[in-house]
Amino acid sequence: MIASDMAQERTQAAAPTDSLSLERTAYLDTLVTQATTAAALFSQFTQEEVDRIVKAMAMAGLEQAQHLARLAVEETRLGVMEDKVIKNMVASEFVYNYVKDRRTVGVIREFPERNLFEIAEPVGVLFSLTPITNPTSTVIFKCIVAVKTRNTIVFSPHPKAWRCCAEAVRIMYETAVKHGAPEGVFSCIESPTLPDNAYLMRHKDVAMIDATGGPGAVKAAYSSGKPALGVGPGNTPVYLEKTADLNCAVVDIIISKTFDNGTICASEQTVVIDDEIYDATLEKFASLGAHICNEEETDLLGRTVIDPQTGFMQPMAVGQKATDIARFIGLKVKPETKLLIAPIRGVGREHPLSVEKLFPVLAVYRAKSVNEALRVCVDVNHAGGVGHTAIVFSRDDEVVRQFGEVINAGRIIVNSPGSIGALGAVYNDLVPTFSFGCGTGGGNSTTDNVNIYHYLNIKRIARRTQNHMWFRVPNQIYFNMNAVENVRNFPSRSTVLVTNPALEQMGHEDIVRRNLGPDTHLHVLVIPDTEPEINTIMRGVEELNLYKADQIIALGGGSVIDAAKIMKLKYESPEADLEELAAPFLDLRKRVVQYPKEKTKRVRLIAIATTSGTGSEVTPFAVLTDKASGRKVTLADYSISPDVAIVDPQFVLSMPKSLTADTGIDCLTHALEAAVSNYASPYTDSNAMQAIRLAFRYLPSAFEHPQDEEARSMMHNAACIAAMAFSNASLGVNHALAHAFGARFGVAHGRANALMLPHVIAYNAAVPAKFMPSPYTQGYAANKKYATIADLLGLGGNTVEEKVAKLIAATERLLDQLGFPRSIAELGISKEEFERAIPGLVKVTFDDPSWRSNPRMPLMKELVELFRKAYEGRGASQRSRVNGEQTT
Amino acid sequence: MTETVISMDIDERRATAALQELSDKLDAASGKIILDFAAVHRIHASVLRGLEELAHAADQKGLAIVLRCVGLNAYRVLKLVRLTRRFSFEN
Repeated sequence: MIASDMAQERTQAAAPTDSLSLERTAYLDTLVTQATTAAALFSQFTQEEVDRIVKAMAMAGLEQAQHLARLAVEETRLGVMEDKVIKNMVASEFVYNYVKDRRTVGVIREFPERNLFEIAEPVGVLFSLTPITNPTSTVIFKCIVAVKTRNTIVFSPHPKAWRCCAEAVRIMYETAVKHGAPEGVFSCIESPTLPDNAYLMRHKDVAMIDATGGPGAVKAAYSSGKPALGVGPGNTPVYLEKTADLNCAVVDIIISKTFDNGTICASEQTVVIDDEIYDATLEKFASLGAHICNEEETDLLGRTVIDPQTGFMQPMAVGQKATDIARFIGLKVKPETKLLIAPIRGVGREHPLSVEKLFPVLAVYRAKSVNEALRVCVDVNHAGGVGHTAIVFSRDDEVVRQFGEVINAGRIIVNSPGSIGALGAVYNDLVPTFSFGCGTGGGNSTTDNVNIYHYLNIKRIARRTQNHMWFRVPNQIYFNMNAVENVRNFPSRSTVLVTNPALEQMGHEDIVRRNLGPDTHLHVLVIPDTEPEINTIMRGVEELNLYKADQIIALGGGSVIDAAKIMKLKYESPEADLEELAAPFLDLRKRVVQYPKEKTKRVRLIAIATTSGTGSEVTPFAVLTDKASGRKVTLADYSISPDVAIVDPQFVLSMPKSLTADTGIDCLTHALEAAVSNYASPYTDSNAMQAIRLAFRYLPSAFEHPQDEEARSMMHNAACIAAMAFSNASLGVNHALAHAFGARFGVAHGRANALMLPHVIAYNAAVPAKFMPSPYTQGYAANKKYATIADLLGLGGNTVEEKVAKLIAATERLLDQLGFPRSIAELGISKEEFERAIPGLVKVTFDDPSWRSNPRMPLMKELVELFRKAYEGRGASQRSRVNGEQTT
Repeated sequence: MTETVISMDIDERRATAALQELSDKLDAASGKIILDFAAVHRIHASVLRGLEELAHAADQKGLAIVLRCVGLNAYRVLKLVRLTRRFSFEN
């Protein structure tokens, strides 16, 4: 941009529109109205119609390239006519070649594997500024891109290039309309002024501004409140590194810097040359027509071609030949001189030639090291060229990569001329353009080479995806009486048996020992039968290391098996951070934390359940207590599931009644929650339903007649089957409530579940106040699922509501049979104490990930109500329905 | 209210002429005028101009103009040039 025009540009933003006459406003409105109508009509065009017009326009650009180039040079007095011919041809032919096969109408891209496709929507009417440096080529380029995307343009050329631009617009317009484009597709303001621009930038019917102009114009565009594309100023650093092909590099730089007398803003400005090749480089330049300035001449140049007041290049020098510049400032050079080269020692105001110079004057700098070279290039880049272009000549890929990382430029050109290289599609595969986005560094919204996709609103049609689901359980599950004998099928040199004191005393450990191979060394680790703490885990890991265990057998209930799972994890992956692995997640497949896959050693885990039960022998979960904070830490990953599960009912025959009831109801709750979970599938449903059926049928017998082997066996299986279901379908709000309540008031897990269960069934079966967003389910079906369960249990009922009521009643009868307290109040907790605890309970419940698969999204106030109903006890939910209240 | 139903021809030239003719006859028309666009697949510039003139003339005479069976692409064009508010639409 010429300095004086820069000054004019800087006032663009403040250009008053009230200085426009009514006639002028009417004239501008007419241009926009015509463009609006044309854009509306254009929106009906097919891809074939558009492409036919674009091809004709490209041909016209090629045929008129010389005519327009001559006009441009005559009017602007800048540049080289022959080079402007090339620019016009690039704008026609190369841009056409890029766009011709690209879809810009209707469906433009499809991603069937993602169930996604894109449809193009034109932006509408563009208000486009064009520069003095590339007037006609920019017009040709923008017209082709606009027609390809079914948009229309009102052009405002640079005032000192408006005639040649108007002619280019005329040629493009007549060609386009002749081949079917709607009238009004392009127009060009006659004798454009800053108030014209300001008016149109705010015009209600202009959809977007494309400002290929100076910083002031670009800033005005972005400040207008309209979507805008802009360009930024350049100050292109070049690193000529010692491994470069010197011959090629010097010729490329001369080609680029003299192309159109240096008017392309991507052209080389300061060449930083490695010390090793500095002298040879300058000799080469000199041999090919460059004048190497001495110190005095450099000083003269700096004082004349750069304005000492502003620090910007002098307008009189822009686009002028090297010999004309030299003559003008009194510098003696040979008549065939192409380029003036000025050695500089730094970057900044003290080194005036380190700024952008849109004419054939090139600064050079001698660098003693790669670091120094890159540092100076960064300095040049930041001296008015951030985001624009940078060039490196090197055959060292590491240098190229480093250069690309430290320099902030939208285009990093390697081993090619900068100006033509940045245009794209000539020396490289960059998108061809005459509008260089410079990103935030240049005050623009993109670093792209602007082309067709910037003239489109792209609509993305996203079909619902069927997320793949899974059913994962240990691949070996042995069940029925004496299933423990299968342990002998797993050879082991050193086995650590993890169990609790009660089981050790009962002699269950001996049953396992008898079934191990004769060569297996067995060590017994007795741990407390409470939720494992970190100390317990680490003690276990020490033992595993001490005995170099290749097998762990966990013999116990959920706590023992969970402890063994975590011991295995830490034994195999000592660096695993349990706290980190317990981080919350929403979707198992997208979780932030990944469980270790690389293991220093491997150990087999066989889980033998002695309760019916948590089902921990087949689940991917383990719960740890942090004693210091009292917090429960839940680990969840299929990698921690046991390798082998043994469901042998002999180990549960001696379970006391209270434990039978607690673990039995835990099993039933698992199954009920898995059945209505948002992650339920036909695979988990089959398990859940079977487990429910078994629990209702056999739990009372197992409770009343502990030695009933069939009942014990069926309940033991039910617990494992229910766990297979919830291992894949997850749980729900019942467990979240029970976790919070049980931890706060020291109530056994099964008992806590029992207190919530009837109320949660009623809650889930009612129409939700808030549905749970879930990509895995279609529609709301919890009530129907409960009804299906009621049918499965033969409970009767005609409507869904009746069946749900019967299921709740059957559940309550079961809880009565098992002797459970039917309200929290019955536990002796006072109402006042409970009410005080509710806020904390609700918070902990809401933090519990269990509810995230619940079919109904629990609101905080609903959790409060559920806790209160559980406090009140039997029939509380039913009374809510009878009184006409929505069940929570 | 009297209704005058006119089918718009798919041929742009005849459609333009028909609109011009209609504009000229508005003095004698009353009530509702229905233009059937079932055969029109694309709106051309001249048809657009004709509709603008018709809308203006109808406004002056207090007549209601209904466009029937306007295709979606054509409707979009009318929307983009803000003509949809000047007419009513029927399927």
